[in-house]
Amino acid sequence: MATKEFKAPEMLRTGDPTGFCPGCGHGTVGRLGFEVLDEMGLLEKSISVYDVACDSLYMWAIDTDCVGTAHGRAIATAAGVKRVRKDCPVWAYVGDGASYSIGFQHTVWSAVRNENITVVIINNGVFGMTGGQMAPTTLIGQKTTSSPAGRRADVNGYPMDITKILTGQDIAYLARGSIDTVANINKTKKYIRKAFEKQMNNEGFSLVEVLAPCPTNWGLSPHDSLERIRNEVMEVFPIGEYIERGVK
Amino acid sequence: MAQIIYDKKRCKGCHYCVDACPKKIITVSGELNDKGYEVVEFDEAQCIGCGSCYTICPDYAITIIKED
Repeated sequence: MATKEFKAPEMLRTGDPTGFCPGCGHGTVGRLGFEVLDEMGLLEKSISVYDVACDSLYMWAIDTDCVGTAHGRAIATAAGVKRVRKDCPVWAYVGDGASYSIGFQHTVWSAVRNENITVVIINNGVFGMTGGQMAPTTLIGQKTTSSPAGRRADVNGYPMDITKILTGQDIAYLARGSIDTVANINKTKKYIRKAFEKQMNNEGFSLVEVLAPCPTNWGLSPHDSLERIRNEVMEVFPIGEYIERGVK
Repeated sequence: MAQIIYDKKRCKGCHYCVDACPKKIITVSGELNDKGYEVVEFDEAQCIGCGSCYTICPDYAITIIKED
């Protein structure tokens, strides 16, 4: 008799509840990362690097080793942590606000140097913790607290697509997932697993961007937020695998 | 046959599981938990143990144990 268990890692299930808003994508994406590490038997050894953003709330939700960094410097710090602890799986778990605006140089230069780390970026189109200001990934026409009339291409430019910016870079892995449906969550988990496997094989920089909802700052219900990802966000940011070293 | 372990205390009432369930056996119960979020209820007898609700739950409130 085979038993199949759908169970979050022990530390997540029994620890304090997360501090995220109802329907927040961080709860799912973070779990995928920790689940993958748990399945690979690396959770105890792992070092998570958080930014000053909603993702840092995981410091209180799970008892793995972690580093809380200055805003936007999580990827640079993760590269440093990996250089001195080569045996540990190191991942930077960051938001789009930090990694694409204030810390963009670290995202790009860590990729150019091909640092052997895994980066998981939440793309929810806003700066979540500070109150929903416009981020580089905010869609055209999207209303935020700093663009109350909607983002305009002639004033603010177009949404930033990391897969276009890192095109042609000699990195180990680049993919974009989404958590709007169960099927896409499972797909995203496979991407994250591949990213960690590449790191453990010392292949270099791996980045997975995940489209996630922010119901609070989008002003939508959790249900409508997932609809919005399906109908609007995925039109601009198509999901899939973009770079995989050794695979054409 | 599948066993559902539902931790009401962790639930934040986003009701993603209600939409994700392929058998539509998860319903909004009208009951509130300690934090004031509206929790859900399960028709356990009809559960097929696919784990969709576990996969979509952002708050680790649902555990599914499926026995073949």
